Amino acid sequence: MIRAVIVMNTQGKPRLLKFYDFQPPEKQKELIRSVFAVLSGRPDNVSNFVEADAIFGPGTRLVYKHLATLYFIFVFDNSENELAMLDLIQVFVETMDRCFKNVCELDIVFNFNKMHAIVDEIIFGGQVLETSSEQVMKAVEEISRLEKSSNSISFVPKAVSGRFGR
Amino acid sequence: MNPFTSPSRLRDLIRAARACKTAAEERAVVRKECAAIRSSINENDQFFRHRNLAKLMFIHMLGYPTHFGQMECLKLIAAVGFPEKRIGYLGLMLLLDERQEVLMLVTNSLKQDLNHLNHYIVGLALCALGNICSAEMARDLEPEVQRLFLSRDLDIKKKAALCSIRIIRKVPDLAENLMIPAASLLKEKHHGVLISAVQLCITLCKVSDIPLEHLRKSCIKGLVQILKELSNSSYTPEYEIAGVMDPFLQIRILKLMRLLGQGDVECSEYMTDILAQVATRTESHKNAGNAILYECVETIMGIEATSGLRVLAINILGKFLSNRDNNIRYVALNMLMKAVSVDSQAVQRHKTTILECMKDSDISIRKRTLELVFLLVNETNVKPLTRELIGYLEVSDQDFKGDLTAKICSIVKKFSQEKKWYIDQMFKVLCIAGNYVKDDVLHSLIITISNALDIQGYCVRSLYKALQNHPDQGGLVQVAVWCIGEYGELLVNNIKVSEVENTMNVTDSHAVDVIEASLKHHLSDITIQSMCLVALLKLSSRFTSTSERIREIIIHHKGSVVLELQQRAIEFNCIIQRHQNIKSSLLERMPALDESSYIGKRTSSSQVNISAVKLTRPTPVASPSLPNGVAHAPTNPLLDLLDLIPDDNPVPTSSTNDIVQDLLGIGLGNPLTSGTIAPSVGTDILLDLLSIGGTNDQNDVPVLDVSSKQGSEPLTNPSTFEVMDLLDGTTKDRSTDDEHPVYPSIIAFQSGTLKVAFAFTKRPDKPQITQIQVTCTNLSTDEYMDFIFLAAVPKFIQLQLEPASSNILPANSDGAITQTLTLTNSQHGQKPLAMRMRMTYKVNNQDKLEQGQVNNFPPEL
Repeated sequence: MIRAVIVMNTQGKPRLLKFYDFQPPEKQKELIRSVFAVLSGRPDNVSNFVEADAIFGPGTRLVYKHLATLYFIFVFDNSENELAMLDLIQVFVETMDRCFKNVCELDIVFNFNKMHAIVDEIIFGGQVLETSSEQVMKAVEEISRLEKSSNSISFVPKAVSGRFGR
Repeated sequence: MNPFTSPSRLRDLIRAARACKTAAEERAVVRKECAAIRSSINENDQFFRHRNLAKLMFIHMLGYPTHFGQMECLKLIAAVGFPEKRIGYLGLMLLLDERQEVLMLVTNSLKQDLNHLNHYIVGLALCALGNICSAEMARDLEPEVQRLFLSRDLDIKKKAALCSIRIIRKVPDLAENLMIPAASLLKEKHHGVLISAVQLCITLCKVSDIPLEHLRKSCIKGLVQILKELSNSSYTPEYEIAGVMDPFLQIRILKLMRLLGQGDVECSEYMTDILAQVATRTESHKNAGNAILYECVETIMGIEATSGLRVLAINILGKFLSNRDNNIRYVALNMLMKAVSVDSQAVQRHKTTILECMKDSDISIRKRTLELVFLLVNETNVKPLTRELIGYLEVSDQDFKGDLTAKICSIVKKFSQEKKWYIDQMFKVLCIAGNYVKDDVLHSLIITISNALDIQGYCVRSLYKALQNHPDQGGLVQVAVWCIGEYGELLVNNIKVSEVENTMNVTDSHAVDVIEASLKHHLSDITIQSMCLVALLKLSSRFTSTSERIREIIIHHKGSVVLELQQRAIEFNCIIQRHQNIKSSLLERMPALDESSYIGKRTSSSQVNISAVKLTRPTPVASPSLPNGVAHAPTNPLLDLLDLIPDDNPVPTSSTNDIVQDLLGIGLGNPLTSGTIAPSVGTDILLDLLSIGGTNDQNDVPVLDVSSKQGSEPLTNPSTFEVMDLLDGTTKDRSTDDEHPVYPSIIAFQSGTLKVAFAFTKRPDKPQITQIQVTCTNLSTDEYMDFIFLAAVPKFIQLQLEPASSNILPANSDGAITQTLTLTNSQHGQKPLAMRMRMTYKVNNQDKLEQGQVNNFPPEL
């Protein structure tokens, strides 16, 4: 099972957090700090796998990918295949790239809402849901379209009626 | 519209947070925003609710508390529009804990949304349920989710399948309900649905055996078929990653097959063909292909595969090892470590490739390789492997040397068949990485040398040479200095030179030179310096010509700022100056050190660490798990090493300690033995008794604590008896009527002052039990007070000591103390009885101690 998806920048600022078992805010901060401490100490020429027993509990590992100014991190337990997780990060990044057309850190910062939509279409409650970035794209676009269209229908009148009401 | 509600957009908040230079600024921004959101919530403002929650999620990500927004999530979920619902559900997943009661309120909304006409809303509800479902919700909503298995929308179908995984995890009883729908999902064609279905099946199999059996019967055929199609790659570009068909699905199916094949020969057999096909035909140039191969290997290792298939799998791992990608080598090493236990032979074949990985640039790979090599070593390959490892030790970088050295030392110790080879290898390691060798390893090396009478000359000569070349290797210096001190004359006189050695011309003063150099070397710590002083003292009696020079060196240290060195120097100077007559006998060569007692010492020091520290005053106890050889506790090795040397002024604690160790020498594996350094004889006795009594629970510790507080004098008998009674309350005085003395009595111990006689009794129906009546008689003219008789036996014998008849032994054989022992020999007939004993008593208020070993037990016992 996948335990968490973390995107953070090379300064250790979280950009996207998704824990599949609930973590209280303090614990969450601490996890981010310890993950960052581990990753920032690793040189580029080493493997992408880290045993994370000390951080996330026994049997957990994490796979990370360092792209531009960001770390993409998947934390998972021993029922997952490390190499496959690495591919899944690839799918995730590819999807973002398609979504934002040459994704950069700023896109992720300002569209974390959409980022969550992407994560939720790839991983569902800690299980892999979809691995084709095309399919994920389709679903995400559909969600954005729905959000926009209902905005124009439901939001404006509400706002207007709200104003008139006062 | 309230003018105080935050009109700022999410985007503004993000910008403001990003612009913060310090954490304090960020906190201020967040605090202000939270205040605005709270007041907006209090206003019950519908228009901004959606935006507020989005902001809260951002704040949550930054790591600030957001609990006050929980109710807003519920309100948004209950709203009609899609955007509200989406943000509501997102907030629900991120901000709420499944343990919170608020969650119960959402069950109804979820139920409604699961039945919604818009399948995107159904999808949202499923997603939320899959993330935060609690046990109650699982029971309530399971029928809805199961109904959605039949939905026409594929997206819903797969989400429903994954959602049930969470439901089953929460309520395993529901597994049987879902077993049949899950199996039918496996017949779907759509890949996303298949992945989900296979994952659901994996969960079902893990949770309970009934679905496992069902799936074994009904689905194995279908799974093999799907895998076959994927492996033959009927082309669908959508799911292809780097030329490999849908690796994720293949991996999941392989995983499910592993669960099905485990412990089921028939099922495993059925899979053999397809596994072989996947293993041979999968493209291995890209990560995706390797991921499949890796999973396939794991499955082959997990099921009841034929040996041929296993060899194929291990060969794949061998191939992985030569891959350029670090990640692939990493997983291969991990997998090989598991495979060693399954088929060590096949793994051995890839030894050379594995050894190559020792040179990898990635330290995590090197560490793994080392562990794997460690598992691979056996009697036959130990020599070449050690050669490789030592060769590698020379070129490895600093932070890896500690691990490597420890592993080499333990391999060499464990598998050495001849002493010379072991000693040679250890010397090599010491020369290269002497600073990383741990103290206990050095100690055991010294013990081995002291026992290897025929090659001591060779050892001291090689060490002498090595020391000249590597004066900076701490471990080497310690061993070399010790050996030169002990066996200096072998060095100088070229005694017992073997053919392979070059003869050296070493004079007395050369030997003193090297030691003096080590004493003064800037890297020498106090341990080495003290050892140097002792070595010099020893040499002073061996080499008369340099005696005066040695004295000068020693005198020089009389002003040392280190107390230990100063004290030694003064003492040694005294010996040299004033006690010429006893010096030579005092500084005789050490008797061969007892290897078994050393092992006993090690086990005791490692096991009693915790309790011993509690019992005794806080003296550093040898910890065998020092982080690495560099950092060692300064006083401790000193004590250890010094008490090896018969010096006329021994540290009092260590002398009692030795006695304890001697007794323990027999009862090696006693789980609770005394600490390495005990404060007084009193506690020792108690500890010994405890270890003998065989009740080694933690419960004993309080008893010990109390008694050790009583004082440092040896305990009087009555109080010992109390302890004894605590230990074996069942053993009361047995009547001696039914004894049948058929075995001759023996004199177990006799000295000028004390005689101990044993009389034996045996019940014919229980040959392993021997009862011994111990009779102690005082041969001297003084009365013995506080007389205590103690016995220790090897592990295979159990010993029960009953209370003694008295603790006062009258003088001139005028009366005796009797005590009954019961021995249970668990290996009766294979091993004879053996025992060591110790008698402590007081004569004219002076503590006395006598001990002996009983070797003359009648053989038929």
